[in-house]
Amino acid sequence: MFARNDHLPQGSRLSLRVAVVGGVGVVLFAILFFRLWNLQILSGDKYLAEAKNNRTREFKVIAPRGDILDRNGEVLVDNRTSLALQLNAQKLPVDPVEERTELARLGSLAHMNLHKVRRAIAKGEEVAAGAPVTLRQDVGFDLIAYVEENQDEFPGVSVQRIFVRHYPDGTRAAHVLGSVGEINEEELKEARYKNLEPGDEIGQAGAEYSYDRYLRGRPGLTRIQVNALGQPTPGGQLVSKPPTPGNSLKLTIDGDVQAAGEAALAAQGLPGAFISMNIDNGQILAMGSNPTFDPTELTPPMSQQQVNELYRDPVAAPLVNRATEGAYPTGSVFKIITALAALENGVITPDQVVQDNGRIMVGNEPFQNAGGVAHGPVEMRRALQVSSDVYFYLLGFDMWKTNDLQEWAHKMGIGRPAGLDLPEEGETLLPSKAWHEQFVKEGLALEDRPWSAGDNVQLATGQGDLQTNPLQMAIAYAALGNGGKIVTPHVGLEVEDAAGRVLKEFEFKPRRKFHINPGYRTAILEGLHAAAQEGEGTAAGVFGSFPIPIAGKTGTAERRGHADQSWFAALSPYPNPRIVTVATVEEGGFGAEAAAPAVLDLLEAIYKKQASGVSSAGGAE
Amino acid sequence: MNTYATRTRNARPEPFAVQVGLGERLGLAHMDWPLTIAAVALIAFSVFTLGAATQNDIPGQPHYYLERQAIYAGLGVVGMFLLTRVDYSRFRELRVGIYTFLCASVSLVFVFGFAARGSRRAFELPFFSFQPSELGKLLLVLALAGFVIDGARRGSAVQRTVRYLCLGLAPAALVFLQPDLGTSLVYVVATLAVMYFGGVPWTHFAVIGGALVALVAVVLVVAPAAGFPLLKGYQEERLTSFLHPHEHEGGAGYQQNQSKVAIGSGQLAGRGDKATQTRLDFVPERHTDFIFAVIGERYGFMGAAFVLSLYALLFWRALRITTLSKNAYGTLVAGGIAVALLFQTFVNIGMNLGIMPITGIPLPLMSYGGSSVVATFLAIGVLQSINVQAHLSQRGRFAW
Repeated sequence: MFARNDHLPQGSRLSLRVAVVGGVGVVLFAILFFRLWNLQILSGDKYLAEAKNNRTREFKVIAPRGDILDRNGEVLVDNRTSLALQLNAQKLPVDPVEERTELARLGSLAHMNLHKVRRAIAKGEEVAAGAPVTLRQDVGFDLIAYVEENQDEFPGVSVQRIFVRHYPDGTRAAHVLGSVGEINEEELKEARYKNLEPGDEIGQAGAEYSYDRYLRGRPGLTRIQVNALGQPTPGGQLVSKPPTPGNSLKLTIDGDVQAAGEAALAAQGLPGAFISMNIDNGQILAMGSNPTFDPTELTPPMSQQQVNELYRDPVAAPLVNRATEGAYPTGSVFKIITALAALENGVITPDQVVQDNGRIMVGNEPFQNAGGVAHGPVEMRRALQVSSDVYFYLLGFDMWKTNDLQEWAHKMGIGRPAGLDLPEEGETLLPSKAWHEQFVKEGLALEDRPWSAGDNVQLATGQGDLQTNPLQMAIAYAALGNGGKIVTPHVGLEVEDAAGRVLKEFEFKPRRKFHINPGYRTAILEGLHAAAQEGEGTAAGVFGSFPIPIAGKTGTAERRGHADQSWFAALSPYPNPRIVTVATVEEGGFGAEAAAPAVLDLLEAIYKKQASGVSSAGGAE
Repeated sequence: MNTYATRTRNARPEPFAVQVGLGERLGLAHMDWPLTIAAVALIAFSVFTLGAATQNDIPGQPHYYLERQAIYAGLGVVGMFLLTRVDYSRFRELRVGIYTFLCASVSLVFVFGFAARGSRRAFELPFFSFQPSELGKLLLVLALAGFVIDGARRGSAVQRTVRYLCLGLAPAALVFLQPDLGTSLVYVVATLAVMYFGGVPWTHFAVIGGALVALVAVVLVVAPAAGFPLLKGYQEERLTSFLHPHEHEGGAGYQQNQSKVAIGSGQLAGRGDKATQTRLDFVPERHTDFIFAVIGERYGFMGAAFVLSLYALLFWRALRITTLSKNAYGTLVAGGIAVALLFQTFVNIGMNLGIMPITGIPLPLMSYGGSSVVATFLAIGVLQSINVQAHLSQRGRFAW
């Protein structure tokens, strides 16, 4: 029955074949062992980390930002909750056709076309790769319900409750408050934002920027265990850290005064700025710039029209705070500095009489009073009251070879950083011989000529190359008023927690002090008081019937290519001033025409409050 | 001359009145115990692992997989012991019937089978589903070894090789069409193994090897390029994704990547019940194809290496039996079974470790599944039978 199968391997031939198979088996098992060793022992740590990372999802719980209050506790900025339609681009379908359909469907919900949706995603990826992109804020509940019911049609789409900055009074104090926005890639690298992540919101301008670390809350964290589908697993809540809301910031700004100043400027309908500051401690009671903007509009998505209006209009430039970023000649407002420099350097005495014939010749160049009016014999007080240009031309001429005028202007803060606690502080310029020579050397001057007496004469009346702003003028007037103290202007008053307890009071020390002869100070203040409220005073028509005695100076600045710019600076109350108020209106004409009425409105607001007994304004402190 | 009618090789006189113990009656005395222990240890480990890892898989039935796998294990062990007592040589005589049954059963699933994930592989029976292609692996080896022995003198060497190939590839093709690529590959390997131990010349294997390389090239490269893809998209992706895992992290590579992460995270001692990869669904098919990942994560290198050692032991004992067999048929059957086990083990664990493609081959004695567990135990029963017969023939005794 058994066939003899000669060809079948037997004996050593079979042994060879078995040995070969055995050898293959040894090799294969060796491969498996080695691979297992490699994965578990050599790379185990890496895979363990990956596995742990795999099974948890962290959900950031956004912390609301602190409120910003005015000095009386009135809310200037708070938050409202909003529902935002967000898209996680990484969860979009891989298939390009499906992706396209989803985006198109999504776009129709968010009132965006496909192109816009894609651009929003691309922009979001650029700013914060991996973070969900907000397509539309303030979506209605019907839309949320629709998205949730059709979740399979919208992979990666979610509706998130977010906090949005809310400005109860629209544009009020917009330049001071600033705006918030998502942190970008460069900002992420900065030390001050070291614990932040893509998608976090930070202050981008104004007090929101300067006091960001107090206003910003700490986000909470919910870490849950999920399965492969990203669904939470039972009992899987691992960590939950509640968010810490940001603290409130109280500003030195007085909301009512602020509103009055803004209304006054808006009524003029011209670009301009104002500032009102406590001269002893540098607290800014009100500061504004016209035209202004509504910070709400800075919250994306912005319409193209909004972008154009806010960013692309170099003339109106609503985002610019003209009070601190403007660069203007000041006209006669500057004269107090010339007066102080001349008096302190012995160029003139307060009672020395100068004959004002309406014009003088400096070299071949005639300089004349506004309108060519001759004021006759004038001493310091009279010269300030009627704003005799000739008087100050002569002082400027007398000081043209020395650097005295520039030194005093520099001392009083003209042309140098004021140390304001807001990021917006512009470049300014105090013309001097040294600057002029450098300017000519660099070939930037229009004509190649040396520093002349004319240049100094111009500066003496706040004209020529002088570039300054209401903030610097306020500091200079404050120094006159307080007897030589350069205050640090600021808007930050204190930090409060949610319950209103004060956590931190900001203290801004004076930047420097210098001596002003009290007699000179009195003489100048007398002149300013006369200018504002007596007889022929340049602003007597505006302040003549104002019940509070003040010292003030008009200014009418000639600006190349523009109509005259109106200025007014006031110290109040006279003779022991506590508050400085400066206003300027571009192309507003004479100082008394536009700026002085604005200052009057501000002062009325300040003193009406005091009269009604409301503690405020630092004026009566 | 001896006067006894005996079929023993060394015609030693059979003494009368030999005391035959119960163990010998049941064939237990001559079983290969290391093989038995390895197989039982593996299935025990499987039941243990499934019990721990699948508690939350089916709501309300924490022991669903545990209970079923335990029952399959019991059936398999009983089957193994029964076959131990049977003289495997009878299967040689039944080769045509076995072969016919094999082809019929793997064909009938096309008609009566139920579809799971686009593939018809199993019959739905009242208590469990029966997947004929699993048992078919053993049937193919038994039948083909018979054909090889039987046809050893007919035709030229080339004719014989072609005949064996055709006999082996026919059921492989049927299984491939179910479609069940993994199992059909096992059929091909088992066929080649039987031919190998059956003495097909090395040169023929060289030609077959060349043809296989050409076939792979045609299937994976030429045919798709010409616009006639032979594999289904998911099959091709599975087969090739392991070559470039990072490209497919979202698709087919995802499973393998998660499996690798699971095993790697087990480190030396394993994560036990703190395992997350295989507990929270990150690793798919964790009770079947990716059960080794569960072992790797839960029991670490110590557990996984222990399991691997059991497979090495299993393979060594199976291969050893090829050399002990009392006849050539036993050698061929044992060789076919040993190589098929080695192949399945290597491909499955390699797939878990990310070095082999995803082919859907279950891990013998470890993956959940009645057909696979029972069929593997039956195959081991046949090995035991070969071992027992070898001992009995040397001792000059028949099995009862």
